[in-house]
Amino acid sequence: MTEQWWRRDASEISVLVKNKEVSPVEVVQSFLEHINEVESKVNAFTQVWSDYAIQQAKSLEKKIVKDNSSVGALVGVPVSIKEVICTQEGFTTCASKILAGYQSPYDATVVEKLRQADAIFIGKVNMDEFAMGSSTENSSIKLTRNPWNLKCVPGGSSGGSAASVSAEECVISLGSDTGGSIRQPASFCGCVGLKPTYGKVSRYGLVAFASSLDQIGPLSKNVMDSALTLSVIAGKDSRDTTSVDLPQVDYAEKIRKGKKPSPIRIGLPKEYFTEDLNKEVKEQVMTAIQTLEKQGAELVEVSLPHTEFAIATYYIICTAEASANLARFDGVRYGFRHPDSNNIIEMYKRTRSEGFGPEVQRRILLGTYVLSSGYYDAYYLKAQKVRKLITQDFENAFQKCDVIIGPTSPTPAFRFGEKTQNPLEMYLSDIYTISVNLAALPAISVPCGLSQNSLPVGLQFIGKHFDEEYLLSVAHLYEMNREQKLGSPPLK
Amino acid sequence: MSKGKISREDIHHIADLAYLYIDDEQAEKLASDLSEIIGYVEKLNELSTENVEPMMHAVPMKNVLREDKVKPSLTQEEALQGAPLHDGKYFLVPKILEVD
Repeated sequence: MTEQWWRRDASEISVLVKNKEVSPVEVVQSFLEHINEVESKVNAFTQVWSDYAIQQAKSLEKKIVKDNSSVGALVGVPVSIKEVICTQEGFTTCASKILAGYQSPYDATVVEKLRQADAIFIGKVNMDEFAMGSSTENSSIKLTRNPWNLKCVPGGSSGGSAASVSAEECVISLGSDTGGSIRQPASFCGCVGLKPTYGKVSRYGLVAFASSLDQIGPLSKNVMDSALTLSVIAGKDSRDTTSVDLPQVDYAEKIRKGKKPSPIRIGLPKEYFTEDLNKEVKEQVMTAIQTLEKQGAELVEVSLPHTEFAIATYYIICTAEASANLARFDGVRYGFRHPDSNNIIEMYKRTRSEGFGPEVQRRILLGTYVLSSGYYDAYYLKAQKVRKLITQDFENAFQKCDVIIGPTSPTPAFRFGEKTQNPLEMYLSDIYTISVNLAALPAISVPCGLSQNSLPVGLQFIGKHFDEEYLLSVAHLYEMNREQKLGSPPLK
Repeated sequence: MSKGKISREDIHHIADLAYLYIDDEQAEKLASDLSEIIGYVEKLNELSTENVEPMMHAVPMKNVLREDKVKPSLTQEEALQGAPLHDGKYFLVPKILEVD
């Protein structure tokens, strides 16, 4: 029997490939065989690039044979990319009919950077259309299933990313997070998901949803792999003027060589531990907090008094920005165009009504409404002010603690169709993740156990602006000492 | 439009602004969905924000400038490759101006 390389993580694979202990071609073949075996159950991928992956591995092999000292940090590591991130290879559809068949003429900056780090692109993965949703049920392409229970959603919007990592069809996936879209699916599928500080990673080539909230980040098997990936993708990019110029940090190296983080004052927001929190989730989160206490952490109660206003604020800001961003999809420059129209206005309208799915149209309408004449001050400006208050809540809390910890999602994964009838109920499932985007903070979800129905529960660590180093080191410390064992998803 | 409750007519009006066709049946459902969501977001009015500066940017920045130098970008061919209809030089669209 050949070695099951798909079971390995990025830290292992990159070292073994670099040291010529395994050929990248063999690694890729092992993953492709595994995808072949499990993908019909999970449906994480929208495109599997078998030939392209082998071709990348072969040219990488030549490079290693010639000189293995110059290879990148993710050498030979198979990665999947969310459909919302532009790649010259294959299609970039945002899981929308309006971009069906669209081929990007350029690579996103994060894709260029992964390529320079010698990662191997193995395909693209499913998502909610234009990243709008919390279950991946809003995809126009297919239904992705949760590897822990195939009757449950994988979360969203980066549901394909989370499912592909959880089912071990790839080692790392790049997702995007506007209100929790990396962390919530990571929590539902039992993997790690990191949303970096706004401005940490270039958004060039990320199809825009809500530009002041969107951020690209990794989903991975463990904290170390997310650290490894962040070092590769972070950095100032002249093509994204909101990206920030900061010194390059090798986060994985810092964790490996670094001392245990100290002090660890853990802030527990009292607004996060209320009656609404699912009992099983609370239990797992409390056990995880005790684990950190045993490692010398000190618990501090903090308050984020504007938490209850976060979802309302978010749905004004994100829909307003989305309605402006999605105006570009008009059937002129890319994607789908409705074939029969007598004039240009009719063409715009028919193209957009047929091309966008119901949730996207709902959000465009809501965004148009809150920005429309006479309503701007009442909604958008008001929301921007409350956004300031929410950000100040975190600033105040961080006077008393170094990291904030709580659940990633109020419940484990739910079943298909459970929340599709009521959009507001779907929105409310993002309560713990949304404030982090509004405040532009970094946060990571780490699995912390299973519910009674064997569904993963995620623990969210929220850090200070641009202090990913500390955030990752605490998350890693927890992961190394985690008492709850997850095992592998049953794929049933 | 009256604030708070969104009617079917309101939906048709904003759909026009957003270049979307919405039929009456959809408008009925959307009016109820959006009224519920707007009803929920009006929760923000409970807060006094008189002296709060709006947060316009996620990370405070001012005047991000670059040198005014020509850099390589997409060729005309690449820029047109994704268009549903073009003639090799321009994007083609249905008639914009009506001629008598």
